[in-house]
Amino acid sequence: MVHILKNLKKGIINENPVFILLLGLCPTLAVSTSIDNAFGMTAAVMFVLISANIIVSLIRGVTPDRVRIPVFIVIIAALVTIVDLTMKAFIPELSKSLGIFIPLIVVNCIILGRAEAFASKNTLADSVADAIGMGIGFGVAITIISFFRQLLGTGEITIFGTPVFSAPGLFDNPMSIFILPMGAFLVLGCLLATLRYTGVIKSG
Amino acid sequence: MDNLFSIFIMMALVNNFVLAKFLGLCPFFGVSKKLSSAVSMGLAVILVMLATSVVSWLLFYQLLVPFGITYMRTAIFILVIASLVQILEITIRRTNVNLYNALGIYLPLITTNCAVLGVTFINVDQAFNLAETVVSALGAGVGFTLVLAIMSGIRERLDLADVPKAFKGIPVAFLVAMILGIAFLAFGGMV
Repeated sequence: MVHILKNLKKGIINENPVFILLLGLCPTLAVSTSIDNAFGMTAAVMFVLISANIIVSLIRGVTPDRVRIPVFIVIIAALVTIVDLTMKAFIPELSKSLGIFIPLIVVNCIILGRAEAFASKNTLADSVADAIGMGIGFGVAITIISFFRQLLGTGEITIFGTPVFSAPGLFDNPMSIFILPMGAFLVLGCLLATLRYTGVIKSG
Repeated sequence: MDNLFSIFIMMALVNNFVLAKFLGLCPFFGVSKKLSSAVSMGLAVILVMLATSVVSWLLFYQLLVPFGITYMRTAIFILVIASLVQILEITIRRTNVNLYNALGIYLPLITTNCAVLGVTFINVDQAFNLAETVVSALGAGVGFTLVLAIMSGIRERLDLADVPKAFKGIPVAFLVAMILGIAFLAFGGMV
């Protein structure tokens, strides 16, 4: 049990995929324009990550070592196709705003990385815990980034159409650079520097 | 001809893969520490993008569309990329050792480079014909290489600069990317 909790915590804090390992940057920066997108992306990545870890962990004894990477990629591609089609059918709007980044989950380094580095060597329970931890870690990171971008770029936070929080001073003249691609670099750069300055991350 | 040129400018500068579309960020931050390795990586990416775009275009329109299985594109495209990268690696090693020494270690990395998979999706989504596909792949690759080379030149100088401790390394690279992105916004008026 302690083991599982450790694996869960690792992904969220010590080995946060975005802030510490700097993996999966492309979707993190690209879709973090609003919290809705962040939640949608997290859900899609979580599903693929957990299912991929389950399958890879189950077949770890029977996969020949030399072809394991192609096997993992095919498993992940199949899972991503499922997510892509499901989202297109049931939540077309969200699917449209995430666009090309849903099929691109295939090449998200977090997923292949966890399959190769963890699930192919560990038991089912540990692999699931690892996937959930990593998924939450990714979700926390992308949500924090999109919180700042949405707040500074539009002046208010709305989650699925419900206004949650607004900054009246910003609301009239929001700094639209934060919604533009450059804003993502600025927010993540400053966040990383802050996390290092406060000692949450050790500077490397 | 006009159309092809505007696609090239669009892919290389206006909608630059790294700065405007956020594709290929891992090599952008990972391999941009030295100018020479950045250029090698860029050349490898151009080569793979051209090859995979043509092959995946042919497969999409000759195989997936006639059989009505376009939903298989994600799986097919990634397999095309993985196998082409392997073939390219073997061919280059057999024919040109110098080129292999320069590009060799970057080739396997390209399999999981989302810029390569991204360009194949964009070609299909935009319904480009074969000539347009070749030009768009070339443009995407050239734009990627250009930004990678600029970035590595800046980072080589940043190593000598007095950057605040918390910003050293990756955080300051993000800020540089932001400034580069603002500079590239100016290309928006070209097309």
